[in-house]
Amino acid sequence: MLGKQAFLRHSVFPQAGGTRSTRPSVIRRRGTGLASIWRYLLAGLGLAALLVGVLAVVYLTAPQSAQLAGPDLSRTKKTDNGLYMASFVPERGVVRQGELESWLLTLKTKTGASVERAAIAISGGMPQHNHGLPTSPQVTDYLGDGRYRIEGLKFTMSGWWQVRFAISSGAGSDTVLFNVVL
Amino acid sequence: MKRLFCFLALMVAVILVGCGKSDFSDAERKTIASLALNTLPSLKPDTTNRFADVPAAAALGSTLFFDLGMSRDGTVSCSTCHKIDRQFQDDLPQALGVGRTNRRTMPLAGVAHDPWFFWDGRRDSLWAQALTPLENPLEQAGNRTAYAHYIKARFGERYERIFGPLPDFAGIPLNASPLGNDAERAAWNAMSDAQRDAINRVFANIGKAIAAFERSIEPAQTRFDRFALDLATGAEPKSDAVFTREEILGLKLFIGKANCVTCHNGPRFTDNGFHNTGVPPVADLPPDRGRVDAVAQVEADPFNCFGAYRDGDVSACGELRFMVKDAPELVRAYKTPSLRGAATRPPYMHAGQFSSLDEVVAHYAKAAASVRGTTEIHPLQLSDRERAALVAFLKTLSE
Repeated sequence: MLGKQAFLRHSVFPQAGGTRSTRPSVIRRRGTGLASIWRYLLAGLGLAALLVGVLAVVYLTAPQSAQLAGPDLSRTKKTDNGLYMASFVPERGVVRQGELESWLLTLKTKTGASVERAAIAISGGMPQHNHGLPTSPQVTDYLGDGRYRIEGLKFTMSGWWQVRFAISSGAGSDTVLFNVVL
Repeated sequence: MKRLFCFLALMVAVILVGCGKSDFSDAERKTIASLALNTLPSLKPDTTNRFADVPAAAALGSTLFFDLGMSRDGTVSCSTCHKIDRQFQDDLPQALGVGRTNRRTMPLAGVAHDPWFFWDGRRDSLWAQALTPLENPLEQAGNRTAYAHYIKARFGERYERIFGPLPDFAGIPLNASPLGNDAERAAWNAMSDAQRDAINRVFANIGKAIAAFERSIEPAQTRFDRFALDLATGAEPKSDAVFTREEILGLKLFIGKANCVTCHNGPRFTDNGFHNTGVPPVADLPPDRGRVDAVAQVEADPFNCFGAYRDGDVSACGELRFMVKDAPELVRAYKTPSLRGAATRPPYMHAGQFSSLDEVVAHYAKAAASVRGTTEIHPLQLSDRERAALVAFLKTLSE
């Protein structure tokens, strides 16, 4: 950004201030070559200013919350050893901060069959804060079609959470880890 | 040429305007808005206390809260430590009731929004909390039947209008409690189950009345809230809603590099959770392991949400039902306190370990190891200017 003095010096010198009345003769004496150098200079400065201006507009209007590439936030995943497909939905639609909430966890086998009577243990925490989940969520209901209600989840802090389900059924034991960023 | 000049001038103007305009990114604005008091949800009904929003119960609760008669020797009330003109706290490192306790008195603004009570969460409802100091030998030091007799003698008519008939007091000892001295415990054990239940019910109702009163104590709007509201609505901040450069820097650090907002989040500046942040113990106090020892206490409390004195159904008991009972991070974990009004109520931490906000900020920057368990916090590089800015921002939550 140019200061006022520098701005006058660099960009409007030929027309500036008291020289205005003598401008035609000056230009005539120096010839068109010099004049076009000034034009090029001015045009160059103009383009530079345009560039800075455009960048400024882009920078100032773009959302500045662009997050760095974070953890995988998908809600449907193959379990670690590939035994199951697991997916969850928060029962109220969205994961909220600071309230007890329940999720529906749906388990299918590799062939797409519903997983019945699975034993599910839930753990997790915040990997960056050295602590586990603030509550002990549990499976409280089996709703059929491989769907299990998980109650007692609570995300008290903003940041990166992990929820791990350890699943055990006739098809074998496997685990799956979901990331939640609040 | 003239057009080019105009264009240049316009661009310079755009740049200058842009530079002066935005102090906060979109993400910062969102976080700031989430901290403002106007986002505090209205108080949810407490279905475990069907008198929670009964005005007559709140009125009786307020009488009891300030009544010195609610103690063994007639010298201590709730308001002895929860002073009404001091944000309902006492400015002392450890509370002084009948004796000296081992914890700092907590302020009460917005307390009814809490899921857990005391620094370690050893009670799970506001009404169960209110009962605990009544029988603590270091606080009000009374006993259960003595309180029931006192209520009958002093407030019998008011009580019965709210809670229904008092029980038959024939054969009820003057002093008896499961938590009292040997004689009081023996007297309690000699009572019939029906008598104990009747007295417990009167005792629970004392807590429910006090809780009904405490629900009315809400946090007040501060300079920060006025600033945040103007920022959210795009209004030009006026008079004291204008933040200084130092306060803005402090706010940016609070929600950014200093990571304060990770736990001190939401309109009450607390996640309502328990954390070990390496706060040192106080030398002459008994060992204090924080949350890990509170788990058994809340489970054993006959006035907890699973107990016989809860109103409403068990669906209100989610916090207790899904409580973490055994995890290494519960060792020396204490509740995240609200920061509203904190600047004007030193000393800080669960036993008043730090006498100024400067000391608090220095503690979090250093992130020393915990004497037991593991601290969750990490060291921070903060310049003197940044530390002062954080303190300056915290003061805006008290103005």
